[in-house]
Amino acid sequence: MSDISKQLIERVAAARSAAEQLSIVGQSSKSFMGREPKGVPVSVAQHSGIVSYEPVELVMTARAGTTLTEITAALDEQGQILSFEPPGFGGEASIGGTLACNLSGPARPWSGSVRDMVLGLNLINGKAEQLSFGGQVMKNVAGYDASRMQAGAMGTLGIITEISFKVMPRPAATLTLVREMGAAEAIDTMNQLAGKAKPLMGACWWENKLYLRLSGAQSTVEGTAGQWQGDVLAGSSEFWAANREQQLSFFNGSSPLWRFSIRPSADHFQPEGDWFIDWGGAQRWLRGEYDKNTLEAAAENAGGQVSLFRGGDRSGEVFHRQSPALQGVHQRLKTAFDPDRVFNPGRLYSWL
Amino acid sequence: MFSDFIDPDYVIDDAETQRPYECDGLSMYCEMPLLVLLPETIEQVQRVLKICYQYQIPVVARGAGTGLCGGAMPDPEGVVLSLAKFTDILNIDPVARTARLQPGVRNLAISEAAAAFGLYYAPDPSSQIACTIGGNVAENSGGVHCLKYGLTVHNLLKLEMVTVDGEFVTIGSEGLDSAGFDLLALMTGSEGLLGVITEVTVKLLPIPEKAQVVMAAFDTVQQAGDAVAAIISHGIIPAGLEMMDSHAIRAAEDFAKAGYPTDAKALLLCEVDGTLEEVQEHIEKVDALFLELGASSTRISKDETERALLWKGRKSAFPAVGRISPDYYCMDGTIPRSQLAYVLSEMDKMSEHYGLRVANVFHAGDGNLHPLILFDANVPGEFEKTEEFGGKILELCVAVGGCITGEHGVGIEKIRQMAVQFGDPEIAQFHAIKSAWDPIGTLNPGKGIPVLKRCQEYRSIRSAEPQAQNSGELR
Repeated sequence: MSDISKQLIERVAAARSAAEQLSIVGQSSKSFMGREPKGVPVSVAQHSGIVSYEPVELVMTARAGTTLTEITAALDEQGQILSFEPPGFGGEASIGGTLACNLSGPARPWSGSVRDMVLGLNLINGKAEQLSFGGQVMKNVAGYDASRMQAGAMGTLGIITEISFKVMPRPAATLTLVREMGAAEAIDTMNQLAGKAKPLMGACWWENKLYLRLSGAQSTVEGTAGQWQGDVLAGSSEFWAANREQQLSFFNGSSPLWRFSIRPSADHFQPEGDWFIDWGGAQRWLRGEYDKNTLEAAAENAGGQVSLFRGGDRSGEVFHRQSPALQGVHQRLKTAFDPDRVFNPGRLYSWL
Repeated sequence: MFSDFIDPDYVIDDAETQRPYECDGLSMYCEMPLLVLLPETIEQVQRVLKICYQYQIPVVARGAGTGLCGGAMPDPEGVVLSLAKFTDILNIDPVARTARLQPGVRNLAISEAAAAFGLYYAPDPSSQIACTIGGNVAENSGGVHCLKYGLTVHNLLKLEMVTVDGEFVTIGSEGLDSAGFDLLALMTGSEGLLGVITEVTVKLLPIPEKAQVVMAAFDTVQQAGDAVAAIISHGIIPAGLEMMDSHAIRAAEDFAKAGYPTDAKALLLCEVDGTLEEVQEHIEKVDALFLELGASSTRISKDETERALLWKGRKSAFPAVGRISPDYYCMDGTIPRSQLAYVLSEMDKMSEHYGLRVANVFHAGDGNLHPLILFDANVPGEFEKTEEFGGKILELCVAVGGCITGEHGVGIEKIRQMAVQFGDPEIAQFHAIKSAWDPIGTLNPGKGIPVLKRCQEYRSIRSAEPQAQNSGELR
């Protein structure tokens, strides 16, 4: 619970003048993500604490090193939640790292992502300037959206020091239905049900079972459960927490874990693979040794992208390829924020 | 030169035909361009941009021209690049629930086309009959349903665009997240300063089974504000939550005859949508809360006709105010909801000081305030006074923790107030972002982000004397 932004600014200024490169570290829960970290570690973990929380405004502001555990505990007291269900990775994950990695959980297609909930942030850029973008209000279109732009940047644009984000009321009721079916049928079913005006808040498939989570007002959850087929799952919240935290046995072991972000209705490709399908079909996890180029072609064919999420070769590219034009845009934007290439060299792409 | 590849009828160089392009929805700011171009293919758009890049000619992209910040006001040395010919809905995918659109498709046309599949496009700016999706992306448009369904940025999947030098790029995908910097967020609300949007893929949502509205009248603004807080505290996120003050109530009632209580000091319209059961449960709770918190009357819509009628007053509030005053000027600040009563009372004082009436409509759910300053442009000096008053309101919004624009954008109108909301390092960072996309600065120059020198000047003028200079040409 302290504000070390001054030290962080000084650290960046020193690194810049010494032509040193820094590797930004929060609570180290996601050190497995992205390409191999390079540079001298600079820790944001001590820069933590909830700065303000206004339940009625649905807004919280927290320093970047604050753990999700601390944030969700404070929200829980007021009957509120992080609606994007970020993975806590053993409770260690920080809000800053969650945004930098753009990680959201099973509710993402319906409740939005961490980037959707960001209202504003403070960032130390490569010139050691602390900048403030956005704000604490729901709508703000003044200036470019440099806040949401940090989502998925993997810390390559600067050190996020403080984030304001939208929080939501906890749904009154939640219930999960399970149906036995194969992957292709599950993809069809998930897309068909997502087109209905019902309180669907999670849809995943694994080991020949389709899991449908309903969440909202008591009456609507019960009403929909009565209309839809499926057995009520005992231990619903444990199942979705295990999905969110990647603690289901699918995620065990060390074989490479690939994450597809694609058109939810895309056909079930590579059916012989080891799949976990989430987000109503829009996020699909695949285990195993594969050639990245081949998977990228498959992902693009399915209207989206694929990245190596965990394991595998981290010395090569792990995130989905960019077109030459967008590669140029990324490099120029990197220069705009971090002209001397201080932050997280090569963590996102080898050329960044 | 442009007539070589664009139909000469769509290369407009005479003043008379150019006249409709001299301003956008903020007609106080006008400028005549060198040329207006209406290309019909993306290749033509690319060629226009390549030529303009080569000769360093400013380019102002334009949709329907319904914007309210002068963002589409032409540059006197440049071309207006109208996307008005790009009106095709390219595809609606009812299974994946997306629509692929040319930039000139009207906002409402998306929902109309999607309705056949039980789907709709959520963001609904007041101008949705006319405004286009390309313009919505450029301004990150909102509407009355933002608290629950988000702004344009929350409802986009993919953009195709042409950069300043004519290069074609695709941002985002049909999946929900894309690797790398969130360029989709960066482009959304960038006001035509970073590129020209040529295709937009949006998310569609299932049309709710039911929507119902409660209207509640209050004797004080404070009570109405407390009622809004109470709804949120009870875990209800309304689809729409709108507040009007007494000036707006009376003007709207005279115009729409919606049955608004004209003696009320504040009126709330709270719409709940969802499944039949959910709406039933929540509407009763909302009504009970309003009464408990001192509403002098409440009314629940019984059917779609009544719901439409109750909304009609709110939706026609702007033209209604237009009937009680020769002109009005619509502001767009955002504030924390808890500051509402304070902001309105401060605004009353300013209203007295400037001798100008002000009516307020408020997206109470998301804190977006639209004060309408009533004035008469034919009275010499009155617009200047109005503009100064408006600027003061925006600065008040910043002072209470809000911002200068919630959904209308900065454009030319609020460019001075950018210096109040942001410091020099942020403004410099914005310029660096701009240069990464547009190194020669020819895309919509002079809008959105002020030059640093002007910021410093404005701040020193503010501290010395509360008079502001006008940077646009007045009609």
